[in-house]
Amino acid sequence: MNDFATLYAALDETTKTTVKVDAMVSYFKRVSPQDAAWAVYFLIGRKPRQVIPTAKLRAWAASLSGVSDWLFEESYHAVGDLAETIALLLPEPSMSSDVPLSVWVEERLLPLREASEEVQRGAMEAAWAEMNSGQRFVWNKLITGAFRVGVSQQLVTRALAKVGGLDAATVAHRLMGEWEPTPHFFERLTSLEGGDAAVSRLYPFYLAHPIEADPSTLGPRSDWQVEWKWDGIRSQLIRRQGQTFLWSRGEELVTERYPEIDEVARYLPDGTVIDAEILPWLGGQVQPFAQLQRRIGRKTVSKAILNEVPVVLMAYDLLEHEGKDFREMPIEVRRARLEEVLKGTGWDGRIMASPILIETSWDALAEVRTESRERGVEGMMLKRLGSPYRVGRVRGDWWKWKISPLSVDAVLIAAQRGSGKRASLYTDYTFGVWSGDGLVTIAKAYSGLTDEEIRKVDHFIRTNTLDKFGPVRTVKPELVFEIAFEGIQRSTRHKSGVAVRFPRIARQRTDKVASEADTLESLQALLLRDSGSD
Amino acid sequence: MADPLLQVTDLGLYCAAGDFFVDPWRRVPRAVVTHAHSDHACWGCDRYLTSTAGAGVLQLRMGADATIDTLAKGKSLNLNGVSVSFHPAGHILGSSQVRVEHRGEVWVVSGDYKVEPDPTCDPFEPVPCHTFISESTFGLPIYRWDAETVVFGQINDWWRANRDQGKASMLYGYSLGKAQRLIAGIDPTIGPIYTHGAVEPMNRVYREAGVNLPPTTYASSLPKSTDFAGAMVVAPPSANGSPWARKFGPSSDGFASGWMRIRGPRRRRSVDRGFVLSDHADWPGLISTVKATGATRVLLTHGYTAVLARWLREQGLDASTLATKYEGERDDASEGLTTDETAP
Repeated sequence: MNDFATLYAALDETTKTTVKVDAMVSYFKRVSPQDAAWAVYFLIGRKPRQVIPTAKLRAWAASLSGVSDWLFEESYHAVGDLAETIALLLPEPSMSSDVPLSVWVEERLLPLREASEEVQRGAMEAAWAEMNSGQRFVWNKLITGAFRVGVSQQLVTRALAKVGGLDAATVAHRLMGEWEPTPHFFERLTSLEGGDAAVSRLYPFYLAHPIEADPSTLGPRSDWQVEWKWDGIRSQLIRRQGQTFLWSRGEELVTERYPEIDEVARYLPDGTVIDAEILPWLGGQVQPFAQLQRRIGRKTVSKAILNEVPVVLMAYDLLEHEGKDFREMPIEVRRARLEEVLKGTGWDGRIMASPILIETSWDALAEVRTESRERGVEGMMLKRLGSPYRVGRVRGDWWKWKISPLSVDAVLIAAQRGSGKRASLYTDYTFGVWSGDGLVTIAKAYSGLTDEEIRKVDHFIRTNTLDKFGPVRTVKPELVFEIAFEGIQRSTRHKSGVAVRFPRIARQRTDKVASEADTLESLQALLLRDSGSD
Repeated sequence: MADPLLQVTDLGLYCAAGDFFVDPWRRVPRAVVTHAHSDHACWGCDRYLTSTAGAGVLQLRMGADATIDTLAKGKSLNLNGVSVSFHPAGHILGSSQVRVEHRGEVWVVSGDYKVEPDPTCDPFEPVPCHTFISESTFGLPIYRWDAETVVFGQINDWWRANRDQGKASMLYGYSLGKAQRLIAGIDPTIGPIYTHGAVEPMNRVYREAGVNLPPTTYASSLPKSTDFAGAMVVAPPSANGSPWARKFGPSSDGFASGWMRIRGPRRRRSVDRGFVLSDHADWPGLISTVKATGATRVLLTHGYTAVLARWLREQGLDASTLATKYEGERDDASEGLTTDETAP
């Protein structure tokens, strides 16, 4: 655990990716395959569910630290993170130990979930007593199911590739799908021999970069395949050995959540993998993303919801064909095979190939693109003809040419402190627009400002606080910000009657005073344009 | 009712009976100064009174024309019937608590202080008093310092590892006090020590006052071709990310501050390493000090004042916040970081 806590601290403190990769490489080489397997599991963001409720941890830690409730609360607000607050408040450890990570997890953490409260408390106190503050922090994060570390899966993949002398794509592929963190798994992950194509394993997604410049800078229009940019859940449909697996981009197996796709996927030939988007679809038309949200979390799907929000699979690409990795084929070949595979009737309109746009010039495309919002798409995808299907976010072959978001000028009315890197700065803002003489809340946002701007706004908040409610401060309505968002729909849960999707701060409008901010009426007008429905 | 012995006015903490100010924040005729940091020593006063040990740095900060009277530690001076004396605060060279006595009533103003040992200044001495005016920068139980030897062990290990990789070690800390404590504490056998232009003049004053610092070289005095691989470079935090910092070639950067105890500020700093080293008292230090003074009334000037006051009230003391301008609202890490750097 000490090794893992040290690795965590090293990854957490530096911003240099080479230093991070080196730290991981040296860790993987140093520890047992059993520990390494668990480390990989945690580093790429998998985690056990919360073992003990935070309220209990908080109470036990406060009592062990001799700190009263209010003082614990003050400490927590200064730190911005419960696991860290506990690690810092606990008395110095009475002994030190170096139990391996895998033992901590397999023998001490996982069995705790089923244990009685007394056993849990005893185990936590014993663990804390033999850990230093770095170990406690990591342990608390694992216990609360909130472990996160500042490395991307890509960096972990790079480190593992270095350890095994492999290329990163091979490791990325081996890391996907379902696996258990066993020593055997880790050895296979970093071994040179392949032949390990587990039946459910998916391919790493190729992700597009946004294009900022005019697309004509990409060269002639005829070099590109252009499709709509659909707004759903990116996914991969796998049909192998008579089984179907539908994966989301978050690498969650979601086959059971979308039975209408599962039902027709059985008609795909064995050895087929399709890159696609799950879309809410009704009456031959894509529906707003908000509709899909009603399906995302549900594991059991009722007949009613199936009727209200049916989904389709919009197929983009063919990654595996007749059991062979097809990704090195040029995109036009993959596309032609995809169309062949999807030919015929059995599909009931539930799996379709994403239409290719035929406009022959960039100008003509730009004009059609202006219809994006009415069509319920986010813009266009540009894919270079002749290109293979790549891994990760490699620049150059795929671009997303998104339409500009909607935006509104709103007034900062309240703020709360951030967490993590921004703990103890006021970074989580609430914005309002005018409704009559008052301001009504329309969005919360916490991104889009530079550190310098955050510091200034933080200072404004501290010196212009009107009232405090717990961690929230209301402030003098003075600062105006342009808030960009992706969509807007009616909402009965919000006082304003509207809910905006993915709001973020585009910029501060220092040129505007609060009275010049937008009104609720102007937002409601956008509702009509954005065709959101209840 | 008689005026309190010390009270806050627009100009600063004022002793009406003795007609002088302690650490005023505006120009006044007579300033009794705990130490030379800019939020405690205000430029342009007619006369200053400070401890003998602190006179050198105060003169450097207030300018050669400033009139500075000195008083050796423990000795008292009568100002209009009020007895004034200085007692070591352990914060930086010459930093003192100010003890004020009038008609048997004793008040002590702590200024900034720490209770752990520091080779660059006299150790803190608790002074019995009725009313204790204390700082509380780190007045939360999450702030607990490791022993200095542990922290310097970490810094030396980091320096050694950087040296072995052919990198310079850029160590950032406040130029007056923190920088000298760092230089005194690191292991000079690892490599050469270079300094920033804000640090080197302070080193000189420290050496003149008899503080033993290993040899340091003002980095900008060296030719451009100098190879800094393996060197330690001590600089104020404001130099981090500046063109000046880039001339040292491949390097790793570290920041030494009590705020580095918390992960958020550590990450916000975007340095490779945060070392938890402070010249202020931690929570146990604040509490043990209040206790040791025997004061029945405690007034808290800056930092987490409300928290510490409430805690002390729960222990049966008369404790409250005294609104001073030593820092703005200090219940925040980033402001703490900037105040660590306020002086030029």
